[in-house]
Amino acid sequence: MLGRLILNHYEAAAIILSGIGLATLLFHRNLIKKILGLNIMDSACFLFLAAKGYVARRAAPILLPASEGRWVAHAGAYVNPIPAGLVLTGIVVSVSVTAFALALTLRFYKHYGTLDIDAAFTRTRGTEPEEEASPDPATEKMRERLEQEGLL
Amino acid sequence: MIEKLTSLFKGFRDWVEGNGPRPENEGMPPEAPPPLPFTLKPPTAHSARFHELTIRERRRLWLESYGGDLFSSLYVGIGILACVLFVFVLLAAVAELPPFGDPGNPANNEVVQRYVERGGRETGAQNIVAGMILDYRAFDTFGESVVLFTAAVCVLMLLSTVADDSSSRTAPCRFVQNSGLTALKPVQNSGLTALKPVQNSGLTALKPVQRDDAILRGVASLSIPIILLLGCAVVVEGHLSPGGGFSGGAILSAGLILCANAYGFDRVHRVFSERTFVRSSSGALLAYAVMKGWSFFSGANHIESGIPTGKVGNILSGGLILPLNICVGLVVAGTLYSFYALFSEGEI
Repeated sequence: MLGRLILNHYEAAAIILSGIGLATLLFHRNLIKKILGLNIMDSACFLFLAAKGYVARRAAPILLPASEGRWVAHAGAYVNPIPAGLVLTGIVVSVSVTAFALALTLRFYKHYGTLDIDAAFTRTRGTEPEEEASPDPATEKMRERLEQEGLL
Repeated sequence: MIEKLTSLFKGFRDWVEGNGPRPENEGMPPEAPPPLPFTLKPPTAHSARFHELTIRERRRLWLESYGGDLFSSLYVGIGILACVLFVFVLLAAVAELPPFGDPGNPANNEVVQRYVERGGRETGAQNIVAGMILDYRAFDTFGESVVLFTAAVCVLMLLSTVADDSSSRTAPCRFVQNSGLTALKPVQNSGLTALKPVQNSGLTALKPVQRDDAILRGVASLSIPIILLLGCAVVVEGHLSPGGGFSGGAILSAGLILCANAYGFDRVHRVFSERTFVRSSSGALLAYAVMKGWSFFSGANHIESGIPTGKVGNILSGGLILPLNICVGLVVAGTLYSFYALFSEGEI
């Protein structure tokens, strides 16, 4: 297996990069770092696609001149042009998603005063006046129950 | 031994979760978790009536007390497992792939052959990728441009109406900004003041550099014309050489961003304001839709559409590819510059 992996080292590097991206996405609670992880996964995907389109010792898919007014239009002369188009689509979508996510993160930070996603959900909002903590029905019910049982 | 192991694991978890010692102005002051609405005694065996509870109630009480820790440790464990599994399954799949760079790969099939052998004749573009994405798959590229434009509009909505207080929510629409910036300022000030404490730590060091930096201005005055010319060349020659609307638009927006950094945003405002952005981008998208719509409506085979494909290799060749590249370049340049302007200034 290792020999095959060394033969396909670009693809293997892409897989490892996407694993790094996934770990960043899962284990960081900072939203900016999560977006970075998403971007690493995107780049790994592009690397994989570009590696699949490469053919050794062939030219880029731009027609080469053969003689006066004629072009080399033979599929054996060029690398695969299709992954280039796919990667282009992917880059555009990744840029759009990153910008949108960063804008949402900025709003999130203004609202909660933190980028930590866990802290934001356990913290009351900083920008609004604190409301009177109205106990939700489930908590109230459990409290009654515990009082009956003498545990509280 | 066990204590050592648990402390080691705790250190590792803190490292993964970023709980270690951090610099002062990270912007996330540590704060105690909010107190529970009532004090809950931990369920111990000494509690008088604990043994009378049923199993289900004991489980519920235990989850109330220790569920958070359980969840976080489970989360880390399952997450590590998932990452390792993900990487190993995919690596095993990669090991079965055909060798890298082999011409006999199944990806190099008859589709590629068709594009390469007849693409030049059918689309008139020397760059096969340009012919592919702007002729055979032009609607796909149209969708990409629309995605980019939509993202720019979303960022505009999210960041330019930053004010959370109600006074500026009723402020007049920002599109009536003909009279210049004076009418606009009060609207935005209220929004940006809320932002200031957030940005102060990082941006105060950056601000003076933006104003009058002789070196930056000297370099910018030399390089901005070259960058803009290169961007235009890459856009216009998209069907002849590597490049096209997307990369050329990115170069153009880089020139605009350099100009904004060296001379201030007001200078860029004279040539590129929000009004220009909206008009050029939506106009370019509309032109794209009309041109390509006509091409597809008339059969998409360039026989009845009346658009000549020209001679391969000339600048005026490729049929619709050149105008479509210009449209895409306009959209991309405007969008990327507006991302930068919105994120750094809150306005285009």
